Order: sequence, then C-alpha cells, then structure tokens
Amino acid sequence: MATFNVNGVERNLDIEPEMPLLWALRDELGMTGTKFGCGIASCGACTVHVNGRAVRSCVTPVSAVEGQEITTIEGLAVVAAGTNPSAPDLSAVQQAWIDHQVPQCGYCQSGMIMAVSSLLATNPNPSDADIDSSITNVCRCGSYPRVRKAIRSLAIA
Amino acid sequence: MKISRRRFLLSSAVVGGGVLIGYSALKPSKHRRANAELATGEERYVTSFIKIEPNNKITVYVPHSEMGQGVHTSLPMMAADELDAAWEDITVEQAPAIDMFANGELVKGFAGELGVPSFLTGIVSASATSIAELMNLQVTGGSSSVRFTGESSMRTAGAAARQMLIECAANRWGVAAVECSTQLTYVQHNASGRSLSYGELAADAALLEPPTDVTLKHPSQFTIMGKAISRVDIPAKVDGSAFYGIDAQSEDMLYAAIRLAPVFGTKLVSVDAGDVLSRRGIKRIIELEDSVAVVADSYWRAKEALKLVKSEFESSDADTTSSADLFAGFERSLSDDNNSKVLEIGDADAAIDNAADVIEGNYTVPYLAHAAMEPMNCTVHIHDNIAEVWTSTQDALGIKARVAKIAGVSEDDAIFHHSYLGGGFGRRLPFNWNVIDHATLIAKEFDVPVKTVMSREDDMQQDYYRPAVASNFKAAFDDNGIVQAWHNRFTGPIQTPGASHIPYAIPNQSIRVVDGDTHVPIAAWRSVDHSQQTFFTESFVDEIAHRSGKNPYQFRMEMLADHPRHRKVLEVAAEAAGYGQNLPEGHALGIAVQESFGSIVAEVAEVSLDSNNRPVVHKVTCAIDCGWAVNPDTVEAQVESGIIYGLTAALYGEISIENGRVAQNNFPDYEMVRMADAPEIEVHIVESGEELGGLGEPSTPPLAAAVSNGLYILTGQRVRALPFKNHDFSRSTPIAQV
Repeated sequence: MATFNVNGVERNLDIEPEMPLLWALRDELGMTGTKFGCGIASCGACTVHVNGRAVRSCVTPVSAVEGQEITTIEGLAVVAAGTNPSAPDLSAVQQAWIDHQVPQCGYCQSGMIMAVSSLLATNPNPSDADIDSSITNVCRCGSYPRVRKAIRSLAIA
Repeated sequence: MKISRRRFLLSSAVVGGGVLIGYSALKPSKHRRANAELATGEERYVTSFIKIEPNNKITVYVPHSEMGQGVHTSLPMMAADELDAAWEDITVEQAPAIDMFANGELVKGFAGELGVPSFLTGIVSASATSIAELMNLQVTGGSSSVRFTGESSMRTAGAAARQMLIECAANRWGVAAVECSTQLTYVQHNASGRSLSYGELAADAALLEPPTDVTLKHPSQFTIMGKAISRVDIPAKVDGSAFYGIDAQSEDMLYAAIRLAPVFGTKLVSVDAGDVLSRRGIKRIIELEDSVAVVADSYWRAKEALKLVKSEFESSDADTTSSADLFAGFERSLSDDNNSKVLEIGDADAAIDNAADVIEGNYTVPYLAHAAMEPMNCTVHIHDNIAEVWTSTQDALGIKARVAKIAGVSEDDAIFHHSYLGGGFGRRLPFNWNVIDHATLIAKEFDVPVKTVMSREDDMQQDYYRPAVASNFKAAFDDNGIVQAWHNRFTGPIQTPGASHIPYAIPNQSIRVVDGDTHVPIAAWRSVDHSQQTFFTESFVDEIAHRSGKNPYQFRMEMLADHPRHRKVLEVAAEAAGYGQNLPEGHALGIAVQESFGSIVAEVAEVSLDSNNRPVVHKVTCAIDCGWAVNPDTVEAQVESGIIYGLTAALYGEISIENGRVAQNNFPDYEMVRMADAPEIEVHIVESGEELGGLGEPSTPPLAAAVSNGLYILTGQRVRALPFKNHDFSRSTPIAQV
C-alpha cells in the first residue's frame, strides 16, 4: 500500500512500491495534467512538487514519497493561493504564463510551470544563469524566450 | 449495429463540447441539409463553420488541429471579423472529424504554388493522386491553415453570413439592404436607429441560400484581424486541464507497451514471454506481424513486463547497414548520370567548362526525428461494430478512415475524438501510421478501450524521419569574378517542390535530383525539404559571396534585384541586427534568407564560441514577410518556435543508423536546445500586403545557414555537414570581414 498526499488529499493506493509517481498519478488517480515525456528524468514534462520542491516524477518510485505532500499542476493554484489577486484560480506563475502567452502545444508546460514555481519559491529573483541551470525542461515548440520573459516579470514583481 | 448520423454527432459531442455541423463554405445543398438534420433547439447554422444561437452567442468551428500554432484563435478571428461580430461573443470549437468539415480547400492553395506536397498524397503516389481525391481531408500541415483555409473558407463564411443577416434584417424592416450596416454582432438601420442582434435574425438567415460571391473586407475595415488576441487554448494549458490524445482514460481502460521491429521493414519471427503473464496486471501478449505488445491494466506494468519478453525479428539485407553506408550510397547516386531535372536555366555545364574559376561544395545533413513532446500514442475502443479512436493527429479524417479500415467497420461507424496535439511537426501527418495501426490491431482483441503508448525510445527509433540528404554544388566564375553558373545535384525524394530553387540572378543554373531512397522510412519534418535545402543553398551562396570578395549581405542584395520582398526582409533583419556595426569581441553575424510556404524570412544570427569552442548563438534577428499578420503575437510565437526547432537540429540533431537501426534512444543522445542554449529572438513582421504566407514552418529553414555563415566568419571553417556538435572549432582563424 502506498500512501501520500496529493494536492491536499490523502491517497492510499494498492500498487507496487517501485511504480513511478508519474504513472500512479496518471493511470491510478486519473490526474493527467502531469505528462509523460521521456521516462528518464531528462525532459521535465513530469515535474511535480514533493514537499514544495520540483521532482521528476517519472523516475520517482512511490516508495520514495511515502507520507509526503505532492503538488501537481492541478493543485498548484490552491497551494499558491493568494499569489495572484487578479485571478485567484491561478498562481502568479500561471497568470504570467497567460500574460506572456508562453505555451504553444502546451504539453511540456505543466512541468515547466512546476519547475519555475519551485525555482521562484527558493530564489525569487533569479539571474539568467540561475534560470539556465535550474530550468532544464525541454520544450519542443521553443517557448524558451517567453519562459524567460515570464520569469523576469515575476522576479521584478 | 449501425449508428445514425445524429447518434454519431451526439456521441461526438460528449468530447467535442457541443452538437456540431459543418458544410463547405457556400454550398447550399449542404447548408439546408445541416439545418434540417442537425440543428437542435433554436440554434441555426448560418454558412459553414458558424453557428448562431438566439442569445447572440456565436460558435466558430475550426477544421484544423491545434498543436500550438494558435489556429484555434486565428481562424475564428478571420470568421468573426468578416461577420462583424464582437470577439467577446465568439466561442471556439474544434470541428468534428466528418466529411462536411473537410478542409481540402487547402489543396487548391498548394496547387497554385509549385505543387502539392507529398504529405498530402503519400511519397510514392505524389504525382498520381488527383486533386479531387484530396479534397476530403482534414489535414493540418504545410503552414496552410490561415493562408488557405482562413482565406478561402473562414473569411468567406463570415462575410456570407453577414450578408445573409443583413438581408433578413432589411426584409424585416422593409428597407434596402444597402441602408443597413453591421457592428459588434448587430445589424443596424442607421436612418431609423433600429437594430437587431444576429441571434434574433439567425433563424431567418438560415433559410436563405448563401450568396455565391461575397465581398471581403479591406484591411482598413478590420476590427479583429491584425490585433494581438490572446489564444483561446492557453488557459487550459497552464492548469493541467488541456486534453491531449494521451490523456484519454476510462475506468476499464487497458494499456499496451509495444516493441516494433528494430530494423525497419522486418517481421517478427518468435516471442518468448517466459512467465510474464503471471505478473500483476498483465492481460495478454500480442504478436503482430512486425511487433510484440504487452497489454496490462497500467502502462507502467505493461512497459516493465515488455522488458522481460524476448523477441526475434527476421534478418534483412539492412542488418549491417550504417549511416556511412547510406551516405556512400548517396555519393554513388550523385556521381552517376541517372538524374532528373528540377530546374535548368541557360547552360550551366558550358559555363562551368568555360569558367575562369570553379568552386565546389559537398554538403550533407543527417536523418532527424520529430521528437514531439507527446510521445506517439493511440487509444482505440472497438465495441458493437463501432471503432472509437483518441489520438493527437494532424489528420483527423484520415485517422478515422484508417482505424475503420483496420478495425473492419465502415467509416460511418468510426468515431474520432479530437484533442490538442503535444506537438506535430509532421510526425502526425497522413501515412505515418505505425502507432495507429498497431493500436487498432491490439484493440481488436478486447472489448474495452486500449491505449497504446510508445516510450520515448520507441518514438525516437520508430519515427518517419526527415530524410538525410547529400548535395553537391559547383559555382563557376568568369574572368571578372562574376558568378555565371550554379550547379546542384542532390539526393531525393522531393517532398516539397521548389525547395531547391534559388532566387538569385545567376544566369546559368542546373538543379537535378538523384535517387536517395534507403530502408529508413521518411516523412515531412517541419518545413520539409526547405530545412535541408536552405542549409545547403544559403551556405553555398555564402561561399560564392566570399569567393566573389563581397560582403555576404551586400552580395545577396545585389543578386536579388528582381526580388524586392527578399531584399526588404534582408534589409530589415540586417539593420535591426546591427549588421556591419561593431560587435562584441569574438562575435560574428551570419545571414540567410529563404522563401517557403508563401512567406519570406531573413535571419541574422549572432554567434560566438564558448570556452570549450562550442558554438553559442546569442541572438537571432528575424524579418518575415508573411503578407500581413492576422494575429501578430502568434506570428511572433511561431517564428520563435521555428528558430528554436531549427537551432536544435543545427546544433545537435542527428539520427544515425547502426546495424540497420536507429542508434539514438532518448533526449540525452538526441539532445535538445534548452533554456541555456536558447538565444534571444527578435522578430520583425514586414507587412507587404501581399497574399498571406504560412507561419508554422518558414522560420526554420534559414536558421542553420545563418548560424553556419556566422561561424565561418568567426572560425574560417565552412561547415558542410550538420550538426555542429560533430565539428571541432578549436583551431579557428577568423576571416577578414569584407
């Protein structure tokens, strides 16, 4: 039995301890906002927060998050409540993603937003070098220039 | 069980979000049929793609896939503007995959260019397929949605609906139509001050025949087009609610992991599954002609179990083939005389024979995978003689027909469920059937939905690749150092006619293609032949410029006297990039230009080498003449996207063949540009007012040559084989700037 908390809800799953968190979220809990991209922690599409820190869920077995707090893209706004007064259903990062029209196909953006949210939580005013070394997610549509602009807008604010 | 058309639409509506109907623009018979059979309640369809409800809510149906290019916003903008509707009154829906919503009008657009691209016809039968056969398409590709469907269908539909609404209002008021005007979803009679909402008129308007010709707005009359409107698909893409094909789910769903023959074209011989069936959740081992699949109650369980399944595939002549063999084959093809004419102007051979000086350059580019972020996947549910399919695709009607055929049901009994695409780039175009076929065959074994998902490794090794190409160039100069001949022999096939043509005024040109077929399956890849050909031609033109003793920018400007649009984008990009001005120490600028898919793009790349002598692209300054911009922000986004896509290919992109199979596995050995590599990008939209050009692809072609031309200035090394990662720039000698 795997037990962890997802977006504030306690979950008990009868699954193998080595099942990656990604597949527990998607196939067992039906939470499809977290995406499968590479399966080897290279692309970051599967990024979620474990106790507030960005983790690549495709290589994180559920045994490693036993009893811990998971936040997915679906729960980000609730966790970040109060960061975006103009649209309380969205976190400030999500709002910046709309303001800067960042996503294209959008498939990588759940992971991108989770990675950026984690970065800004620990480093509210990251330099370009900080961004380059921290945000290593792959976006095949090449939204990087807009990701950078959106992060800068949040850093200044 | 035969389902009725109405039932079909209703079941579609569960996913599509509304009961829909479409018909080709301005075809009265379909128009009547639509309202008679399909309109529910008081909603009415007033010309194709437009539904109007009594409360003045307007729905625009988009017959193209949204894969990030913003077409779910730009096409409704075009319809709404011509309709004179308020943007706030517009709801956007994906048109369902039924023939009445075909977008085959775009074929006429391609036919008016240099020819129909092979992704619409299949590479083998490109010339044999008639245009009429292609009309029943719902394809998104060729940078065609806005410029062809938008111009020929969406604007026309909006304008026709507006005329019909005016006619109804005029009749009701007993005034002449010319006395009426439209604004913000209302018809007004200015003299009397009366007005009626479109919603109040829709029921009457739907009874009219659409006009056979309509007048489109002059750009000065646009109220929506030309504005940077926020994309309608973005909110769902920031909160995890956007639905992609891979997100299809149901309580009873099963999942398949699949291993395809690693050497293309070979068949499965035997399988040893051991005790895999005893593992938790494993339902079945399925052997197909060219693959073996494990079906389980979770994708992860299926994938883990598949690792334990031993399989043997038949041997083939390709088993020992490597990339080196394939390129050696290209060189053999290029050296014999068995070629086909692409373009002959003057007498290039004679000019070369009589030349004072000849330069040669032999160029190559490797195979490339598409590597869309959403790995290829397909969910099929075959039940009650119905086949339902969920998959992210650039060709919904084609997928529906394909699945129906393999499932053994009629097309009317196949249901396609639309979704957003996690990237397309050509991978999800017609004829690239592998995961679709396999998913359908697997699903035939069950009465519940089965989702077949390729791992990233499968996705990379079982793609339909951008062709590897080799190209041999010669240029001949006369006694005065003026270039007189351009000679190009390259390996085919040709997927987009015209990509190897050059705009430069060289009096003698000989461009010919030779056979480049191998056992590696190929398909369209963002910008198709332009991606390889522009690297070749714009690099070799740079070689000619340097040999001519000319500045590469000035040389291009001089040779483009008859191409003012090319000159303009070059001028805008060069000026904005500070071309000819002082640069930071160790930086250089490279320039390239290409016309593709109706748009002309010039790019200037500012490059340097890092401390490890690896190329760094600091900034790309781009000028694009796409005629005019429907949504300037999505124009810029597409240009940025195409540049990054091209940069990944130029820096890192290489699919190589070893022992007949693809050597690369996943992103570590098929590396991507990420934040750290991504340059600043500055986009200038040059509005020439000419016909609309495409946007999804045209910024990709010039990128590799622009970077390479800059690196040449910086290092003195002419890169004639991509990607740059294979080159050692440690012994660089900058060339003297002209």
